[in-house]
Amino acid sequence: MRDPLLNVSQLASFYGDFQALFDVSLRVDEGEVVAIIGANGAGKSTLLKTIAGLIAARPDAVTFAGSPIGGVPAHHLLRQGIALVPEGRRLFSSLSVEENLQIGGAYSRKGPWSLERVYQLFPILRERRHQASTSLSGGQQQMVAIGRALMSNPRLLLCDEISLGLAPIIVREIYERLPQITGDGMSLIIVEQDVVQALKASRRVYCLQEGRVTLEGESQSISREAIASAYFGS
Amino acid sequence: MDWVNSITQGILVGGLYAMFAAGLSLIFGVMRLVNIAHGDLVVLAAYLALVVTTTLGLDPLTSLLIIVPLMALIGYALQRFLLNRTLGDDLLPPLLVTFGLSVILQNGLMEIFTPDSRKLQAGAIETATLTLSSDLSLGILPLLQFGVAVAIIGGLQLLSYRTAWGRAFRATSDDQTTVQLVGVDPRHVFAMAMALSLAVIAVAGVFLAVRANFDPSMGPARLIFGFEAVIIGGLGNLWGTLAGGVILGVAQAIGAKIDPGWQLLAGHLVFLIVLAVRPEGFFPRVQH
Repeated sequence: MRDPLLNVSQLASFYGDFQALFDVSLRVDEGEVVAIIGANGAGKSTLLKTIAGLIAARPDAVTFAGSPIGGVPAHHLLRQGIALVPEGRRLFSSLSVEENLQIGGAYSRKGPWSLERVYQLFPILRERRHQASTSLSGGQQQMVAIGRALMSNPRLLLCDEISLGLAPIIVREIYERLPQITGDGMSLIIVEQDVVQALKASRRVYCLQEGRVTLEGESQSISREAIASAYFGS
Repeated sequence: MDWVNSITQGILVGGLYAMFAAGLSLIFGVMRLVNIAHGDLVVLAAYLALVVTTTLGLDPLTSLLIIVPLMALIGYALQRFLLNRTLGDDLLPPLLVTFGLSVILQNGLMEIFTPDSRKLQAGAIETATLTLSSDLSLGILPLLQFGVAVAIIGGLQLLSYRTAWGRAFRATSDDQTTVQLVGVDPRHVFAMAMALSLAVIAVAGVFLAVRANFDPSMGPARLIFGFEAVIIGGLGNLWGTLAGGVILGVAQAIGAKIDPGWQLLAGHLVFLIVLAVRPEGFFPRVQH
């Protein structure tokens, strides 16, 4: 078997004195879509922030394309091919839509994603490109946040709760575009509270509960009962 | 006609105040840092120009080719190795550290150069004038100074809104954590902003030193003029800052015309009136 693109092994993460993750291990293969589900406060966002370099970790707790990256700062990891779509979108409010996308591509790796390609993926953004990012609807802002991350041409894209606060129809619309994103072999981790959506979009799934992995399996074959007990404890 | 003359001189001096203000407002905009040593750094630039012109025999305007990059380098190092360590949720540490820096600079310059006032000699250009009518003539040097101020403000405006660096400055000002996710190192952005601020300071310092006498203790007053220009013009608007500098310069000129003792007082009074009547300044940044 080939080495995974991302390997997390026995990761412990801390927020100050508070330990948010205990002994978390997971892997993502090249071109694979992996979902991470779990209740509020289970540590999903902490896990993504640690992988993206915003939270420090033991160097060998996270390896990416074979090299240890735990504790490497986020701005270096972006250049190596890890991009995060943060929870709550976090667009730059004094930048226009197009400037938000441009800054996403400022330290871009070589690859298929460009301003033009993002506008093809989300045509509404082309119409709104000179508007302030804050004047957009929630769904459109989420498209900008995804587009901004894609502009760096990542090998691994981390999406933190892209359905948060959005109408179901918008969520479906965004998820329908995912195959166009992964089509070139990009790997994806999606963190979701919407379990049905997460299972539909992914090949494998991990469930976190109180900072520990309580379930791991194939998204299509995993049983509802197993998820329920992993999600809530039993 | 006397009045027209005074007001015109006031407008031209306003360009210098706008230069003091532009660097100050840039730093505050990008990292919410109030640099108390700003005025003393202007004076430092003036003394560096004095050393360069006397040892290398350059004229002051040519010395800018050395002083501007030198000050930018000092700015980068100052931010990277000292001021970045003071930034955080608390506004007080950077205030205290730059205040300390101000004291060190004043006393250091006093120790090295004595408290005597000095001046840079620019030669014939100092007395060259452009005669518009029998009553009104403009000095070439003040005109040049104003033109340079306009060019600097315009350049900073272009940089902020038309370049990748400007986007990085504005994005870092919005959200220091999220910029890291697009590959930007905020510590480097802060240092580049300080380098740019000190490059503008360098130009202001040299023009200050050519125009009038300077001594180690005059920094704090330049800081005040810069602050006043920023507040009068409206925070976060560079062209407003130029207008603020001009308003301050004109107020001082009118005050001086009434009574020489009123020059500074008139400027401060106009500032206080603006603060009372329009605390957001005349041209605050409009959110689009």
